Amino acid sequence: MQSLINLRDVRTVFGTKVVHNGLNLTINKGEIYGLVGPSGCGKTTVLREMVMLQEISGGEIEVLGHNLSTISNKEAQKLRSEWGVLFQAGALFSSLNIKENISLPLKEYTDLSQKMIDEIVKFKISIVGLKSSDALLYPSQISGGMKKKSALARALAMDPKLLFLDEPTSGLDPISAREFDALILKLRDLLDLSIVMVSHDLQSIYATLDRVAIIDEKKIIYEGDLKNIKNSTNKFIQTFFRSDFE
Amino acid sequence: MYQKKIDKIDLLGVKEVDFNLKEVVYFDTAASIFINSLREDFFQKNIKTNILVTNKDIIDTLELVKNTKKKLEPLPKETKKTFLEYLGEISYDYYRGFLAFVLFFGKVFLTTLSYLASIKNIRYKEIFFEMNESALKALGIISLTSFLVGLVIAYQSAFQLKIYGANIFIVDMLGISIFRELAPLMTAIVIAGRSGSAFTAQIGAMKITEELDAMRTMGFDPYLFLVLPRIIALMITMPLLIFVADIMGLLGGIIVSYIDLGISGSLFIERLNEVVAPKHFFIGLIKGPFFAFLIASIGVYRGLMVKNDTQSIGFNTTKSVVESIFAVIVCDALFSIIFTNLGI
Repeated sequence: MQSLINLRDVRTVFGTKVVHNGLNLTINKGEIYGLVGPSGCGKTTVLREMVMLQEISGGEIEVLGHNLSTISNKEAQKLRSEWGVLFQAGALFSSLNIKENISLPLKEYTDLSQKMIDEIVKFKISIVGLKSSDALLYPSQISGGMKKKSALARALAMDPKLLFLDEPTSGLDPISAREFDALILKLRDLLDLSIVMVSHDLQSIYATLDRVAIIDEKKIIYEGDLKNIKNSTNKFIQTFFRSDFE
Repeated sequence: MYQKKIDKIDLLGVKEVDFNLKEVVYFDTAASIFINSLREDFFQKNIKTNILVTNKDIIDTLELVKNTKKKLEPLPKETKKTFLEYLGEISYDYYRGFLAFVLFFGKVFLTTLSYLASIKNIRYKEIFFEMNESALKALGIISLTSFLVGLVIAYQSAFQLKIYGANIFIVDMLGISIFRELAPLMTAIVIAGRSGSAFTAQIGAMKITEELDAMRTMGFDPYLFLVLPRIIALMITMPLLIFVADIMGLLGGIIVSYIDLGISGSLFIERLNEVVAPKHFFIGLIKGPFFAFLIASIGVYRGLMVKNDTQSIGFNTTKSVVESIFAVIVCDALFSIIFTNLGI
């Protein structure tokens, strides 16, 4: 199996607080990979490090074959067009409506005609389960679930190989959350995506993840599939995965 | 209060204390903690305590408090900083702030280079949008303020000039003071309060909602898309705004001169042509882009400094307005010195 992301001995320090020390993980092509851990363990930080929003204090991160510490501006710019990121609250651009939000990367990075872009936007809107009639609404006019779907559509605008999701189901009601899980699975099969996500939601973890990394005490304490996880003796894993959702 | 009353009770010779809780209907943890600490006090003074109680809930509450107390860790003490630590912290913060500002200017400079490298990189749409939003829409308020300032200055000096019969000199005075100082300063102050603060609040809010992060991950450099268009837009429009302020200020002056001093409009303009050299007018305009750069860059920088909490937006917006007005006035003072030494 081809690995898309490699973290080797990653160290993160905020001020005097060491968040990660010697963090190693590998994410393979085609899988849905989850980052799980107690709050404050730095799951989102790892995600931010992978998408170049946060610099690491030591170690190496390799994404799609590029070492993020030595990457040139031009390569970084190209890399950014090969992934999509869904932020926790969507982070849609509030001055643009849904359609403009989704078409922005297409307008900036491609020479496609307006008509073609409109077609693509329509396709992305329907693939994430939004109605075409919502396309002209602004982020302030839509619900949390719709925001996430629109943001997902924007993340998918450039047909990325790699998708990063930061707590995709947080803030959604249970029904929308399950719908979102199903959507993620569907998109993975449909678009041949590899997905990295941070999650707290046990149901979502069991429903979607192929492999999981548990971060605790500054490093990865478990990496692998969910079947064997209950055998672990770690206290966090025991409490977190105690309940049955399988 | 009860504690004081209890302290006053003379406990000499007392061997045993009963707490009669039989009549108590409702008993919360606070009461339980109070009783518990009293019992501990008595225990230390070798006084035996009994609790007379029938209600099961009360016993449970007392037990809960007693058991929890055994496990309690003391709350961490708020450490008081010494004056030196406090001073050091503040100086270090200022040092960090200064470094961040230098970094900001470095990035602005680099982005400018990338604008210059290729004409395709320039964000015309954003620049025009900002020109309209932060400058043209301010025309009304700038016209009004400068008109009123011209009016007031003329009115005040008319009174003084009349005493000496030097009525016509009002033209010299108004012309030079408005062109050189008043119009640029008034415009800068209005723009700092109106557009500089808007820059901070907009960009700060975008930072809190992670829009800036979203832009970065999509490969849209915020400096290219948000920072530079705002700075450039203001630098282009500021001289135009100052020009309008010039006209409106003089208009106020002309009206007062006519009513108060009997100087007709045409005489005013004629005299203006004779005595006020064009250099005064141009000096005022030249200040524009410099003021605009200060206001826009401080506004945007403060916006980028917003942290992930709501208070931070208010704090930084205030700072942005205060700092940009201060910077404008310092810059104006520098210009004064430079132009005087150059003999302009």
